[in-house]
Amino acid sequence: MTLSTKRLKTAFFSALLVIAVAYPVMGLKLSTVGIKLEVHGASPTVLWTIAACAVAMFVWQLFRHHLAAGWAASPSLPSIPAGAGGFLTLPSTQRWIILGLVIVALVWPFFGSRGAVDIATLILIYVMLGLGLNIVVGLAGLLDLGYVGFYAVGAYSYALLSHYYGLGFWVCLPIAGMMAALFGFLLGFPVLRLRGDYLAIVTLGFGEIIRILLRNLTGITGGPNGISNIEKPSLFGLSFERRAAEGMQTFHEYFGIAYNSTYKVVFLYLIALLLVLLTLFVINRLLRMPIGRAWEALREDEIACRALGMNPTVIKLSAFTLGACFAGFAGSFFAARQGLVSPESFTFIESAIILAIVVLGGMGSQLGIILAAVVMILLPELAREFNEYRMLMFGVLMVLMMIWRPQGLLPMQRPHLELKP
Amino acid sequence: MSRAILDVDGLSMRFGGLLAVNGVSLNIQEKQVVSMIGPNGAGKTTVFNCLTGFYRPTSGTILLDGQPIQGLSGHMIARQGVVRTFQNVRLFKDMTAVENLLVAQHRHLNTNFLAGLFKTPAFRRSEREAMAHAAHWLEQVNLTDVANRPAGTLAYGQQRRLEIARCMMTRPRILMLDEPAAGLNPRETEDLKALIALLRNEYNVTVLLIEHDMHLVMSISDHIYVINQGTPLADGTPEQIRTHPDVIKAYLGEA
Repeated sequence: MTLSTKRLKTAFFSALLVIAVAYPVMGLKLSTVGIKLEVHGASPTVLWTIAACAVAMFVWQLFRHHLAAGWAASPSLPSIPAGAGGFLTLPSTQRWIILGLVIVALVWPFFGSRGAVDIATLILIYVMLGLGLNIVVGLAGLLDLGYVGFYAVGAYSYALLSHYYGLGFWVCLPIAGMMAALFGFLLGFPVLRLRGDYLAIVTLGFGEIIRILLRNLTGITGGPNGISNIEKPSLFGLSFERRAAEGMQTFHEYFGIAYNSTYKVVFLYLIALLLVLLTLFVINRLLRMPIGRAWEALREDEIACRALGMNPTVIKLSAFTLGACFAGFAGSFFAARQGLVSPESFTFIESAIILAIVVLGGMGSQLGIILAAVVMILLPELAREFNEYRMLMFGVLMVLMMIWRPQGLLPMQRPHLELKP
Repeated sequence: MSRAILDVDGLSMRFGGLLAVNGVSLNIQEKQVVSMIGPNGAGKTTVFNCLTGFYRPTSGTILLDGQPIQGLSGHMIARQGVVRTFQNVRLFKDMTAVENLLVAQHRHLNTNFLAGLFKTPAFRRSEREAMAHAAHWLEQVNLTDVANRPAGTLAYGQQRRLEIARCMMTRPRILMLDEPAAGLNPRETEDLKALIALLRNEYNVTVLLIEHDMHLVMSISDHIYVINQGTPLADGTPEQIRTHPDVIKAYLGEA
C-alpha cells in the first residue's frame, strides 16, 4: 500500500512541476506596447497542451514501473555488436575512414552548391580548431578554456600584417602560427604548474584578456570595429576577385574563363582542406613520436614521469604551444575568409563550442572530432528556424551523449607500438 | 675502501611541528646494496623523497659523487642517475609494458620535432635502438611474452618487475627501491633477490632499498641502516645489526 501511495505522490508532484515550469515559460507572453511591457495570457490551445502534458506526466509516473517491467520482458533491440564498436575505434579502421572522407571532401565542392561549400569551409575551420585543442585536452590532458585566444592571435596577426604591411596570406600563415605558438608558450609558462580546475579557470581568463585587449587597443586593432578589407588568399599570385589589385592577375583572366564567384569559395574550401590535412598528418606523427608517448604518460602519472627524469613543465608546454600553433593557422585562415576580424568573433562561447567538439567526438580521437565538428556546425545551419533554441539543442545533445556514449562518439584507441617477436 | 657515491649528512625534514626525519646520515659506496629498515612510520620513505627531490629537505647535505644535489627538482636528480620506484606501483597503466619502457627512455631519444615529423633515418635509428633496449630489459625481467599487454592488466609481481625494468631504462647509477618485495610470494622474492644481484654485478648499479622482509634484507645487503622515529638508530653489516641490542629492542623484538 505504501508503495502505491508513494508513487501517487511522486506522480502528483511531477505533474505539478510540469505546470510550474511550463506555465510561466509558455503560458505567459510579454509584448511591448509603446515603451511598456504587457503580460498577456497565451492562447487556450497552449494552455490545454500544458494541461495535457501535466496529465501525461502524472500517468507516466504512475505506471512507468509496469512499463519498465514489460520493456525488460520484451526481446531486446538488436544493438551494435561489441565487435563492430571495437572495430570502428581501431586506429587502422579510422585511418581508412578518414582517407575515404578526404577523397569525398576533395571531390564534392565541384558538385556542391556555393552555400554548401561555404558551410563546409566553416566546418573545416572548426575541425582544425578541434584537432588543435585535442592536442592540449585529449592528448596532454590539460583543460584549456581559453583556446579561442590563440585563434584570435592568429586572426589578428594576419589582419594586422595585411593591413599595415600589405603582406599576403601565404607569407602570414606561418607567421600567424608562430605568433600564436609564442603566445601559447608565454602564457603556458606561468600557468602550467596549475592543475585541473585551476588551469581551466586561468586559461579562461587569458582567453578573455586577449579579446578585451584587442577591443581596447583601438589605435592598432580598430577596437570593436575590428579590421576590414583583409586581402583574400591568392593562388601563386593569381587573385580570385573580379578585378585584380595593381600588379596582380586574376584567376579567370589567366585561364581565359568567365568570372565566377564560386571559384573563390571553392578555392578557400580547398585551402581549408589542405590545412586540415596538414594538421591530421602532424597529429598522426606526433602520436607515434616520443613526445606523444610522453603526453600520455604525463596524463596518467605525473609523479612517475618526474621520477624518470622527464620534465613535466617542458612536456606540457610543448602540447600547449603546438595546440596554440594550430589555432593560429585556423585564425589566419578565418581572417582571410571573412575579410573582417572583430573581437566579437572570439568570445568565450567559441572556446566552449571547440571544447564541446573535442568532448563530443571523444577525447583524443581524430575521426570523432571530424564527425563532431560536422554535427556541431551543420546542425545549427540546417535548423535555422530553431535558432532561438540552439543552446537548448546543444544542452539536449550533451545530456544524451552523457547517457548514451560518455566516452564520445568515436573514442580513440591510440596506436600502440608493438614488440615484434 | 672505494669512494662514496652517495654521501648524506645530517638530513632533516620537518613538516610543521613534526620532525619526520632527524639527522639521518648515509654513506653509500659504489656497487653496494644498502638497506634501510625501521618500523612503519619511521620516516624511511620520507628519506627517499628527500633524496630524489620530491621533498626539499629542511636541512642537511646530499652529495652525489661529491656534488650537492639537495634542493634540485625531482627530474633533475633523476637525470643525474638517481632513480626510484614507489611503494605503491606507479606504472602507466593504459600503456603496454613495452611502451612503459619506451617512455622511460624519453631523454635518450631523438625528440627533435622535425626529425620525428619526417621520419628521418636518425629518428628511425633512435626508435629502433630504444625498442631493442626495451626488448633486452623485458627479457631480463622475464616479461617478453606480455610485452604488448597494457601494464595495468599484468599480475602484481610482473608489475613490480616492470617498474624496476622501467627504472633501468634511464641508465641509473643509483636505484632506490621502496619496499620492492611487498606483496610478493616467496618464490617471487627469490627472483627479486636474483634480479637485484644481477643489477649490481652486471650493470654496476648501486641499490638502496627499503624493505620489511628481513630474510631478504639480511641475505642481500652489504650495509644496513636502522631508522626509528626519524632518527638513526644503528648501522652496520647484517651481522652487526642482527646482534645490535638497540635494534633488537626497537624493531626485531626480543628473541
